[in-house]
Amino acid sequence: MTPTGMLAAVSTWAIPTVILLVVAAGAMRRVKVYESFVEGAREGFEVAVRIIPYLVAILVAVGMLRASGAVDLLVGAVGSLTSAIGLPAEVLPVAMLRPLSGSGTLGLVSELSKVHGPDSFVGRLAATMYGSTETTFYVLAVYFGAVGITRSRHAVLAGLAGDLAGLVAALLVCRWLFT
Amino acid sequence: MNVMLNWIWLALVVVAVVVGAANGRMEAVTKAAFDGARTSVDIALGLIGVMALWLGVMKIAERAGLVELLARAIRPLARRLFPGVPPDHPALGAILMNLAANWLGLGNAATPLGLKAMAELDTLNPHKGTASNAMVTFLALNTSCITLVPATIIGVRVSLGSAAPTDIVAPTILASACATVVAATAARLLERLPAFRLPAQAAPDPPALAAEAS
Repeated sequence: MTPTGMLAAVSTWAIPTVILLVVAAGAMRRVKVYESFVEGAREGFEVAVRIIPYLVAILVAVGMLRASGAVDLLVGAVGSLTSAIGLPAEVLPVAMLRPLSGSGTLGLVSELSKVHGPDSFVGRLAATMYGSTETTFYVLAVYFGAVGITRSRHAVLAGLAGDLAGLVAALLVCRWLFT
Repeated sequence: MNVMLNWIWLALVVVAVVVGAANGRMEAVTKAAFDGARTSVDIALGLIGVMALWLGVMKIAERAGLVELLARAIRPLARRLFPGVPPDHPALGAILMNLAANWLGLGNAATPLGLKAMAELDTLNPHKGTASNAMVTFLALNTSCITLVPATIIGVRVSLGSAAPTDIVAPTILASACATVVAATAARLLERLPAFRLPAQAAPDPPALAAEAS
């Protein structure tokens, strides 16, 4: 079995195994498993609904920004700079959109892979950039929204520092491995 | 600087409308605003079921003492990353489970477990509404998370006829490891800057304490 195949098998087995382990451990410690489950699950609705205002704020603003064409404008402005450091101009929008929109980035990556081929440098770099970090603003809205945090302190800066590091590392590693 | 998100949000909206007007794309901007609002609710509603599932499982795990056990397992690392969290606190158990789910690419489990961890961290937060140091560090770990099997992107590559759809796995792991290290380090360094310092600890309110003790 290849390493990736093994990892995929772990992913498939992980959730049923964890649920079984927890329920079995609960039964061994004489926990009333059914009652406890229902009691915990009751909070699910509340948490999910609590994040709606935060999600609306972020997704609406990011959606409007993308639709306005501002990302293309920015790409035009800094494109020559970034191609000087070896980032193909086509991939720059992927890097810029990554912290803002996961589905938007995935769409761009699919498009680039279709046009340039998934095994081209552009296709591989775009795919690596997609996986190099999470969508910072989305995670921030969901995680802080669930506990009502509005004053986020240094969270945005730390998240963006991680994004930048991930994107630069993706470029360096891809140039090393795929050229 | 606590208002950073205010400025970013303001800038996003203002730039979107101004640039949209200049580009003659106001219709698209309007549509995007309503689409964003609808997507938010779709995401939240989609989360209700999995959220309930994992909060139910976590309640059993808590009562069986498993969460504390996990918390103890990552004590050496947790002491450095989350100095404000007591070593046996259930928050650490939830954090470990969230990170493990992220590593395995189990998005449906990762978010509910992460929100559970946030809720636990919030019980230690004296300034409600303001992020604690531990919360920012935890968020940093999540915004840059390593995934061992980036399943979505592999799927896209397979569907487009890639000859080696998984050859981006190693570079992705390397790049996201860099992102995680930098994000967590940045979180721990930035929390010391005057601009991000927490408000001075308010004196504990005697009536509230008395109410809690009774």
